[in-house]
Amino acid sequence: MVRGARIAFGERVVADDLTLGFAAGRTTCLLGRSGVGKTSLLRLLAGLLPGTQPSRDVAYMAQSDLLLPWLPVIDNVLLGYRLRGDAAALRTARPRALDLLGQVGLGSRLTDLPQTLSGGMRQRAALARTLCEDRAIVLMDEPFAHLDAVTRLELQDLAARLLAGRTVVLVTHDPLEALRLGHQVRVLSGQPVRAGPPIEPGGPVPRDPAAPEMLALQAGLLAELRAHAR
Amino acid sequence: MRPLITTAGLLLGWELLVRLTGLPVYMLPPPSTVAVVMIERFGLLLTQAMWTASEMVLGLLLGLLLGASLAIGLAASAAWRRWALPVVIVSQAIPVIAIAPLLVVWLGYGMASKVAMAALVIFFPVASTLYDGLRRTDPGWVDLARTMGASPRALLLQIRLPAALPAFASGARIAAAVAPIGAVIGEWVGASAGLGYLMTQSLARGQTPLAFAALVLLCLLGLALYYATDWVGRRLVPWQPSQGD
Repeated sequence: MVRGARIAFGERVVADDLTLGFAAGRTTCLLGRSGVGKTSLLRLLAGLLPGTQPSRDVAYMAQSDLLLPWLPVIDNVLLGYRLRGDAAALRTARPRALDLLGQVGLGSRLTDLPQTLSGGMRQRAALARTLCEDRAIVLMDEPFAHLDAVTRLELQDLAARLLAGRTVVLVTHDPLEALRLGHQVRVLSGQPVRAGPPIEPGGPVPRDPAAPEMLALQAGLLAELRAHAR
Repeated sequence: MRPLITTAGLLLGWELLVRLTGLPVYMLPPPSTVAVVMIERFGLLLTQAMWTASEMVLGLLLGLLLGASLAIGLAASAAWRRWALPVVIVSQAIPVIAIAPLLVVWLGYGMASKVAMAALVIFFPVASTLYDGLRRTDPGWVDLARTMGASPRALLLQIRLPAALPAFASGARIAAAVAPIGAVIGEWVGASAGLGYLMTQSLARGQTPLAFAALVLLCLLGLALYYATDWVGRRLVPWQPSQGD
């Protein structure tokens, strides 16, 4: 829940008195064009803007995979535990990390350096790292934007399966992605930014991108996005 | 292969120049004479080279240590940055060559003054490249670490420092290239051993070929130090794609 949020960079007011609620245990997709303030809003939620503190309940996944090039895949997935320096927690988290890497299909690449992985594999490792943190809330900033179309679909399926039960806020500029993954979709527009009424396509996620009602919704969202002047 | 041919051509030209113009040996000895001296005085040259090499390596290690400590200190503490950074920058306005005689007065004619001299010329390029690297951590990594609840110390040691290692490696390469300058200047000003000392001594006695032989060895030492540092640097950052030829 965000209430009365205000984000401003100097003269530019990104958000003013913005109130948004997110259903617990569900995925909310915030859809908007580039520059509307999606990332700022997500950084606000993550406690990364100046004057805010990161919350203990939040895991954050950014647009780029942010894997550390000097750490093998397994250590990248355990990065949070390594950074917090709690040896006992690190030991107990290791089986979880191994299990998650198996689920994202990287079980055989544990000791490889990230540079040896493809773009899709790197993003899967980043997903495993995000989930390994085991936080109630997961914030995702266009996590699949850099991938090719097929890899993106595969990763969306994987993410939807692994993120089930968590409160997820995913920002994206891709209507199809929002409709596939979001239990609820909100369109962001304007300056300062406003959220449109909730759209709830219904049915389990990930949804089939080729279903007729999905295509109709997608066309509607695209028309709405085009209508909003930047 | 090409550099070897170029070098051989240059040596041949040099030899011909000396033979044809009849320049006296004390002004410009032909390469053949220098080669003969290198063989005849090999024992002496080797001893002096070992001495200078020790000065260079110790100076390099000391300079790397001091430079890295300063850079990490500057990156770790804003207060330290405000107090120390201006002093460090101003200290670079002092010509190092001008301090060389002072170092000899303070530390004597032995190895210590040369090590200090080499460390002094090395320290700044190392500190500034590493400090630059520490300041330019990918902001995405910093954000990620913050959401993971990393302490500033963990952020510095586990993310910013390893991320700055490529910058440190290039600083170390510059350091390896200038370390011989520090050591040799130190020897020129006042020393009892070393290749630089041998050069001044032999030039004063008109033994120019011996001075040239010492110079050749100095070049070889410098190259060896540079390539050794480069090799270690590459192993320090295995994730960096190796560039160059």
